[in-house]
Parts: sequence; C-alpha cells; structure tokens
Amino acid sequence: MQTLFPWLILLLPLAAAALISLFTRPHRDLSARLSIGAIVAGFWLTLLLFALPGAAAQAYETRIPWLAAGGLQIDFGLRIDRLSLLMALVVTAVGGAIHIYSYEYMRGERRFSTYFACLSLFTFAMLGVVFAPNFVQMFFFWELVGVSSYLLIGFWFERPAAADAGLKAFLVNRVGDLGFLLGILLVWSRLGSVHFGELERRLAENPAALGAMATVAGLLIFCGALGKSAQFPLHIWLPDAMEGPTPVSALIHAATMVAAGVYMLARVFFLLAATPHWPAALHFLEGLDALEIIRIIGLFTALMAGLIALQQDDIKRVLAYSTLSQLGYMVMAIGLGQPGPAMFHLATHAGFKALLFLGAGAIILALHHEQDIWRMGGLRRAMPLTFWTFLIATLALCAVPPLGGFYSKESILAHAWHQDKLVFALAWCGSVLTALYMFRLVLVVFGGSPRRPRDAQPHEPSHIATWPMLFLAGLTVLAGGADVEGFLAGGAQGTASLASRLAGPLAHAPFVMLAGLAATGLGFAMAWGLYRGAYRDPLPARWSTLASALRQRLLLDAWYARWIGGSFEALACLASGVDRWIIAGAAVRGVHGSVELTGRLLRLAQTGKVSTYAFALGCGVAALLYWLIR
Amino acid sequence: MTPVGLPHYLVLSALLFSLGLLGVVLRRNLLIVFISLELMLNAANIALVASARFLNRIGGQEMVFVVIAVAAAEVAVGLALLAALYRQRPTVQSNDLDALKF
Amino acid sequence: MQDLLFYVFAAVALIAGFLAVANPFSRNPLASALFLAVALVAVSGLFVLLHAFFLGAVQILIYAGAVMVLFLFVIMLLDLREEQKRRARKVAAGLASALALALAALISAAALAGGGPADPPALEGGARALGRALFTDFLLPFEIVAVLLVAAMVGVVWLSRKEAA
Repeated sequence: MQTLFPWLILLLPLAAAALISLFTRPHRDLSARLSIGAIVAGFWLTLLLFALPGAAAQAYETRIPWLAAGGLQIDFGLRIDRLSLLMALVVTAVGGAIHIYSYEYMRGERRFSTYFACLSLFTFAMLGVVFAPNFVQMFFFWELVGVSSYLLIGFWFERPAAADAGLKAFLVNRVGDLGFLLGILLVWSRLGSVHFGELERRLAENPAALGAMATVAGLLIFCGALGKSAQFPLHIWLPDAMEGPTPVSALIHAATMVAAGVYMLARVFFLLAATPHWPAALHFLEGLDALEIIRIIGLFTALMAGLIALQQDDIKRVLAYSTLSQLGYMVMAIGLGQPGPAMFHLATHAGFKALLFLGAGAIILALHHEQDIWRMGGLRRAMPLTFWTFLIATLALCAVPPLGGFYSKESILAHAWHQDKLVFALAWCGSVLTALYMFRLVLVVFGGSPRRPRDAQPHEPSHIATWPMLFLAGLTVLAGGADVEGFLAGGAQGTASLASRLAGPLAHAPFVMLAGLAATGLGFAMAWGLYRGAYRDPLPARWSTLASALRQRLLLDAWYARWIGGSFEALACLASGVDRWIIAGAAVRGVHGSVELTGRLLRLAQTGKVSTYAFALGCGVAALLYWLIR
Repeated sequence: MTPVGLPHYLVLSALLFSLGLLGVVLRRNLLIVFISLELMLNAANIALVASARFLNRIGGQEMVFVVIAVAAAEVAVGLALLAALYRQRPTVQSNDLDALKF
Repeated sequence: MQDLLFYVFAAVALIAGFLAVANPFSRNPLASALFLAVALVAVSGLFVLLHAFFLGAVQILIYAGAVMVLFLFVIMLLDLREEQKRRARKVAAGLASALALALAALISAAALAGGGPADPPALEGGARALGRALFTDFLLPFEIVAVLLVAAMVGVVWLSRKEAA
C-alpha cells in the first residue's frame, strides 16, 4: 500500500495524458473525464496515505535502479515524507479543482482533448518534482514542468502574444535552469552523490564537506528557483504567462510550476543552510551567506511586484504580480531559514490564489473575454457567488483572520521580526501594498456601477465551474486550522488544541499580529478612499511619473529587451559579419576569386598567335638547356 | 689560331639556329616563318654532320639524311596547307589566324 | 686552306641566313627565299668540308633545288604584294633577341665546355659508306622515311584539291 499508492499518484496523470493523446482525442468528454479522474484519484490516494497509520510519520523511499555510470548510481524512485505528502496534497487538491473547472471554462475549445492531455502531463511533471528523491530525477521532472508549461501557456498559439509568452517562459526558465544544473553538478562533484537523503547525511557528518564552494553551490541551486518561482530578475515571464487559458494561469500560479521553486528550496534547505564559505576568487563577498542573498531577493521581489500590481489594468496581470509578491514572501521565509512557514504560505496561497484565478476566469467568461478591470464594475449583484468566493480569497491574501493566509503570513512576519527588524518593516510595507492592490481590484471589479455595454448580461458560470470554487473557498477558510509547520517539523498531529493554534499569533507575537492587521486596515482604507466608485484610476493624475513607470512594469521588460536583445543583436551582427566577410568573403569567394584570377591571367598567355607560342617554346628549351649544362 | 674543330661547327650551328628562332618568333609572314624553320633545320644538320665527322660515327649522317627527307615532306605539306588556307582567307599573316583563341 | 674555307662558308651562311630572316632592305618574301638558297649552298659547302660528299650533293639537289623551287612556286602562286611596314614592336623584338642570344650562348657554352675530341677526324662520308649503313644498320629509319614521303605526297595532293576549300 505504502509503495503502491505514491506510484499510482504519480503515474495516473501520465497514463491519462498518454491515453488521451493516443486514443481518445476525438472523444472530448471521455478525454476530460480521464484527465480529471486521474488527478481526483490521486487526491483521494494522497488523503488515504495521510490516513494510513504511520504513513506520514516516517520518511521512506521506493526506488528502482535507473542508470549507473561509474561511481554514480541514480535511482528512479519516490521519496515520501511529510514535505512531499503535503505538496502532493496541494497539487492534487488544487489541481483537481482546476481540472474540473477547466471542463467548463474550455468547453468551446476546438482542441479540448489536447488541452486535457497537456494538463495531465503538467500534473505528472509536477508530482514528479514533488516525489523526486534525488537531484537528477528532480531536474528531469523540473524540465518536464518547463516543457508542459510551454505547451499550456502557448496553448492558443494562433495568437502571437500567446506563442511569444510560451517562448518567453521557456527561455527565461532556461537561464535559471542552467544555474540549477551547474549547482547540481557542483554538489555532485563535491559530495559524490545526488541523493537528497545521502547528501543530508554527509553534510550532517561533515558540515564543511562542500568546502569553499558551499555558498556558490547554494546560490546556483537557488538559480533554479529564481527561474521557476519567478523571482527578480527572472520574474519577467510570469505576467506574460497570463496569455494562456485562465485555468492554466491558476494551475501555474497556485499548485504547480512556481510552487516547484519554493518546494525545491525547502527540499534542499540543508544545502542552502550549509556553512557559508566563498572561494578565494570571490573573497570580497565573505560574510554574505546564501540565505541572506535569498532573503534580499525575496523581499525585493515582494515589494517590486506589489508596486507594479498597483497600476495594472488587466485583472489577470494584477493577480500575476500578486503571485510574484507572495512568492517573494515565501522565498524570503526560506532566506530567513524557515522552510516551514514558507511551505505553509505556499499551501494556503495555492488555495486562495487558485480561487482568485478561477473567479477571474468566471468573470472573464461572463464578460466575453473582457479582461480590463475598468470595463467591469458592479458585478457584485450579477455574480454573487463569484463575488463572495473572490472576497474570501482576497481577505485570505490580505491576511485577515481567521483565514488560512493570515496564519501563514503572520508566521513569516513573526520570524522576520525576530531576526531582522528592517526586513520586517519592509515586509510590512509589502502587506500594505497587498491590501491596497487587492481591494482596488475588488472595489473596481465588483463595486460601483457597471461600466460596460448594456446588452452584456453577465451571469454565474454553471455548477461544474462553481463547485471547484466553493471547494477552494472551503479550503481557504479551513486552512488556518491546519498545523502545517508543526506537521513539517515532525510533531504528532493534534497535539496542540485547535483553539490554541488559532490564537497562536496573538500569544506568540502580539505586536506582529497587530501590525499585520494594521497594514491590512491601512491598505483597505487607502483603496476605499481612492477607488470606491471610481471610474478611472486616480493615481496617474496625481503621480504621473510613478504611475507610468509602474504601468510599464518599472521598465524592466523594456530594459531587458534593450540590453539582452541588443547584445544578442550585436552578437548576431558579428556572427553575420564573420559569415559574410570571412567565411563567404575570404574563404569561399577568396578561393573562387583566386582561381578565377589565375584563370584570367593564364588566359592572357593564350594569344592565338604562333609567335607567342614559339617564344614560349624557345624559353622552355633555353631553361631546359640551362638546367642540363648547369 | 686553333685549327677548325668540332666546337667551331657547333658554335656556327648555334648561331644559325638562333637566327632561325629569331625569324620564327619575330616574323609574321608565314612564308618567312617557314624559311626560318628551314634555316633552323640546316643548323641542326651542320651540328649532326660535324659530330659524325669528328666522333667517327656514320649515324650522324644517316640522321641528316632523314632530316632532309622530313624537311622536304614538311615543306611540301606546309606550303600546301598555306595555299589551302590562302584560299579560305587571303592572308599569310600569322596574327590574322587566331580563330582558336578563346 | 680548309680552315679558311670554313670561315668563308660560315660567314656566307650567317649573312645569307640573316638576310633571309630579316632583310633590312626588302620585305619581299622572294628575296628571303633567294637568300635562303644562298645559305643552303653555303651549308652544302660545309658538308663537303666535313667529307660528307653525298649529303652535300643531296643538300644542293633537294634543298636548293626541289624545296626552293617549291617555295618560289608558292610565293608566285599566292601573288603576295610586298608586306607593308608594320609598326615596330620593340618589346617583342628585344625579348626575341634576348632569347635567341641566350640560346646561342647556352649551346655554344655546352659545345665549348666539351672540348675537342681526342681522335683526329676520321670519318669519310662517301656515298658508298652512307649507302652501306643506310641499307644495313639504318634500314628501318630509311623505310619509315619512305612511308613518310608517301604520306606527305598523298596529303599534299588531297590538300591541293579545289573541293577541299
């Protein structure tokens, strides 16, 4: 049971993807049912694993030999411990809800079956990352996540923007993955193993085993998360990934893909926390350890994305930058040396962010693919269910008790408070921004009066789409009760009473909790003042420079396009020049030209005059004679 | 003054031969070219006969005999060609005959 | 006496040869042909000096006789007008003269380097000795010459047909 279930959880989506693409493509309903069935079955099996006595208590592995090269033995296996089980639960629960929702959202799509095949492949890849017991297998599935995200983001590849977005996501991830791969190779060359358990054991035995490369290895591995979890400076692909279908955005932003980066960091946390040590060449960086850099990047991403989110008009882009910001919090928590709160926030965020995207999808569907929030408005009455679920998710995102987001975020803030007051202050500013941009969204979209053509009568989606939303709303409400940190830390479940956990933040860090609530209140008040009943955004009028900079995403994308694109263009020019002038010019045309020139010169010798030939003959005879009597 | 020997004849042969070559290269009138060719052949003949005489080999004279026969044949054919050519294009200037030039 | 005769014949051959090749007074091919005849007669004299009596006779008979007649016939047949004075080709003339001089110098150098043979001149090239050698040791070349002459004759006849044009 304990070995069979994880294999089933992993392989069912793959089987679904294979069956759909090979056999059932013409049968739309059957294909969707296969895909949904696979992930829902995975969800129930994961729950069963939790329920099995002792299943979650002990970490164990099941493996089959995969490849052996020299001293390197790599198994294809599954590592089942508290971390992977929690993550698998998040992936299957949130992913399952999104699968079901997709059935409604994608109803009119021509390539319906293909969509579900990709979705199942994506789920399979993500579960592979979750259960991977070693770096090589994780990297394998890591890349598979990249490929399937490319397929899904660019699903509407007829639209140039979607095709470009898919390509952008893929390429930006390549940059991060290169660092990840180098990190894996570095760790392997230093420690002689790629197996997580083995690595942890060796590092525990000899903390200095990584030697001078300890910090570099940690940062290189972090590069992988930088790409997948869309941290600055590799964050630029995530907002563009909104070009994919909305359920795909939900999946990428909540349960899979971006979660993979944070999950990976939590999985290899022992490597990041290794004794900081820089190689001699980088000695000037001494004193800066990997976690500090991770913390700074996370914090910066959180603030930057929060600011940019303030001035986005596309409902999905607001949510995208919100995801970036929340991922920044998670990475910051890792950087604070606290993978527990990071995973907690990841789990709660998966629920409410998926819910937000599903709500956005419902609105977009109801308004016939209108995504500009300034053309929505007044949807509260037309779509009450969507409104309430969206509001719950927003409150959770803004850390309002007693929703799940409150506990996870307070936990991160509390650790920041204990370790670094400056980090806490900046993170607190991020909380204000979160409340501001989220309530701006809610007030503009649902509040006020309708700002759209009269004939459009928005209505709620069908039950197939609303049930997943209600399910996720329930999860969001209940998540606060889950003691994820305690579970991950290895404590027995249910030791602390529910009441004491719910009151935990107040008991442990009352100041932090109150400050957090104040931040939310402040953000809400600002949003209320600025956007209640607003017909257009008042910010550009007041702070035009700042607003336009934020609208252009702080010019980062343009800057990247200018410098990276420009440097590549220069490189291309150089390569073209080499090709044109050196290869085609000197090598090819040079040979051809010299042959032709020789030919033309030799042609001059053929005068057609007998005397010339006689002269040449005489010269030849003279030369021969000279050579003979010399 | 040394008595006339093989070197004298050979030097005379060389001078006559060069003279003939000069005519072949410089003159454009094909008839003159032919005349120069005959001069060159005679230069060679002098060398052959002198060698036969001073080296005591009859073969040199036999060779001259053959050369004279070949020269006669060559002149006959060459002049016939020239006449035939003249019927085609009324010229004996070698410069005018460059149809083979590319 | 014989040495003096050599120098006389040599001088005549060279001067007549030069006039045949490049006559500064006349550009008429007829003059060239006649000077060639003079040179051939001088060469025939040289043959006699070298005791090649038969060859001397043949030289007169075939060259100065048959070949020269053929030349004169053709010249008259073609009825060439006197060649116009063409523009002087100094470069070509210089190059050709240099080549001719170099060749003469080279051959002379080779001839002088060898030195005179140790034996005194002994060969008597009378008709008897020549004929004997011709029909014994040199029979094959002799017959090839015969074939060549026949071929030349046939070729000339064919070339000279009216229809060949």
